[in-house]
Amino acid sequence: MTDPIAGAPPPDVPRRRLGSTDSLLIGGAAVALTAAVGTALLWLGGYDSLAAGRAMLSGSLGGWDVFVSITLVRAVPLILTGLAVALAFRAGVWNIGAEGQLYAGAIAAVWVGLGGGGLPAPLLVPCVLVAAAAGGAAWALVPTLMRVRLGVGEVITTILMNFVGIHLAAYMVHGPLQESRGVFPQTDQIVAAARLPRLLPGTRLHIGFAIGIALVIVLAFVVRRTRFGFHLRAVGASPAAAAVSGRIDTSRVIVVSFLASGAIAGLAGGVEISGLTFALYENLSPGWGYTAIAVALLAGLSPGGVVVTGVFFGALQAGAGAMQRDAGIPAAWVGVVEALVILAVLALDRTRRVRREGGR
Amino acid sequence: MNEADIALFLDAAVRLGVPLSLAALGETVSERSGVINIGLEGSIIAGALGGALGALAFESAGLGVVAGAGAGLVVALVFAVFAIGMGADQIITGTAVTLGGLGLTGAIYQARFGATGTELSLPTLAAAPVPVLSNVPWVGSALFDQAPTAYFAYVLAPLVWLYLFRTAWGLELRAVGESPRAAQAAGVGVLRVRFFATLFGGVMAGIAGAHLSLAHAGTFSEGMSAGKGFIAIAVVVLGRWNPILVLAAGLLFGAASALQFFLQALGLDLPYQLFLALPYVLTLAALAGWVGRARAPAALALPWDPE
Repeated sequence: MTDPIAGAPPPDVPRRRLGSTDSLLIGGAAVALTAAVGTALLWLGGYDSLAAGRAMLSGSLGGWDVFVSITLVRAVPLILTGLAVALAFRAGVWNIGAEGQLYAGAIAAVWVGLGGGGLPAPLLVPCVLVAAAAGGAAWALVPTLMRVRLGVGEVITTILMNFVGIHLAAYMVHGPLQESRGVFPQTDQIVAAARLPRLLPGTRLHIGFAIGIALVIVLAFVVRRTRFGFHLRAVGASPAAAAVSGRIDTSRVIVVSFLASGAIAGLAGGVEISGLTFALYENLSPGWGYTAIAVALLAGLSPGGVVVTGVFFGALQAGAGAMQRDAGIPAAWVGVVEALVILAVLALDRTRRVRREGGR
Repeated sequence: MNEADIALFLDAAVRLGVPLSLAALGETVSERSGVINIGLEGSIIAGALGGALGALAFESAGLGVVAGAGAGLVVALVFAVFAIGMGADQIITGTAVTLGGLGLTGAIYQARFGATGTELSLPTLAAAPVPVLSNVPWVGSALFDQAPTAYFAYVLAPLVWLYLFRTAWGLELRAVGESPRAAQAAGVGVLRVRFFATLFGGVMAGIAGAHLSLAHAGTFSEGMSAGKGFIAIAVVVLGRWNPILVLAAGLLFGAASALQFFLQALGLDLPYQLFLALPYVLTLAALAGWVGRARAPAALALPWDPE
């Protein structure tokens, strides 16, 4: 069965379990390779690589408060979107649309959180998060239906939906949801009862982090231990084989995992609003939905691994801010580093495969 | 709405459509060889910056286009090394290349011109009206009073068509995209053909990017490719992998992007941000409506291992 747009076969990416020798080896080597190439590029650009490294480390790991209030806080949306991408890729669904789904979730969350209806926090917070997940799932519904009903591959459609979502958020903060003063392109702050409590008092870390960890545990269980998880892995490995087996409804697996992936990405947007910013504004996300692909790949699509790589990329983004401040290195370098990580994983996986197959 | 408004709309349609057509024509060739290059967006943004820097350095917009083509080629080379040379997953490689291209161009731009983004004053690609043709009523000035990159697109489409469907090389390339196994058995170097096709796509995307910065905007801004690479990939589908139809589909999508001017002239006051979302929505709608009738090359996105 050819996919009319991408002709895309299921993602040909390594699946690795957290803590396996393989995951440690490939992950470590990919990070080392990225650091080497990144340093060389910075040096070529005429920057002081040493100062860059120092700023990167002090801005991400320089003390408990920096680590918790900056790095871990940055890691929350990356863990959630990383989970969304990992789940979709596991099921053979090319969801490149986490960015748009995140914005849809953020819009839904802020919409519920602004009104609130006078509900107390224990009721309102779940409402906000459910709205965010529903928003994300609704955003994923368009490409899902286009794939299962019309046979249009989801690679391009999810990317196109990202642009629609970003512009819709921009419209919201300039138009219907603009703050009551009407000055800045942002919404009013959501009511206090719609905000996530802090996880650690005295820091900026909110319980969104705990929500992420809880989701990791749930997803790891679902994927490894349930019937649906088995079907999901089967469809992800080979949709044709899964369909031929006659016992797996591939369409259903694709729809459920696609929508769940969208819901998790939407939740990322809701958690960010309700836990950190309390308002929606343009460019809420610096491309988390795309970084999520690097997060998921480096984790070998393992939910547990996503926590580790999410924190790693959180540190990277925190450090990039410090690099710009202290060493004058444009923060746009983060995009380059993400690309290098993905390419390093692909290259290392390839060499490993060649070695294994060489013994045949 | 009067004649001047229509002229404005048609002119904008072609100006916005040309980069889509150029990038899509390049992508048509690489997809016909079985390679889908999602990194096209990265080649376009590299072409835009390369074009701007080249035009500044050589004080010539023409040489800027050459520099843009080179920048697009370099980005496509990275994609080709991983996706073709190593047989890595094409979608993931392409995503990485796009991320890297957007990041690197942003970093270079900020390093060179500061984070605030000074307006660049570039030598721009001026419109060069074609005698006689540009005087044809209605469409003449829109089609034939454009930057030279537009004429390049018009000429490129039939040339690519001839190459694909009337030459032995084109037949080889299509064979590689339909059945690499059969092509290899017939003595065709599958990887060589795919490398060539992908690099060609990168050069065309680079020229498309240079058109954006030198002929359309007259400046460079971070992320100015704004998803045109992805729309171009959709344009290939809508043009059914046929260069002539692809050129037309690209211009049609330029018109969709230019609807902003048209609707504003009609006095319809849609919010600006929704106008910006329009091209993507229309692309989605077109894919939903048309795609069933098209058939992709059979080996599209499948890596090939010659052993």
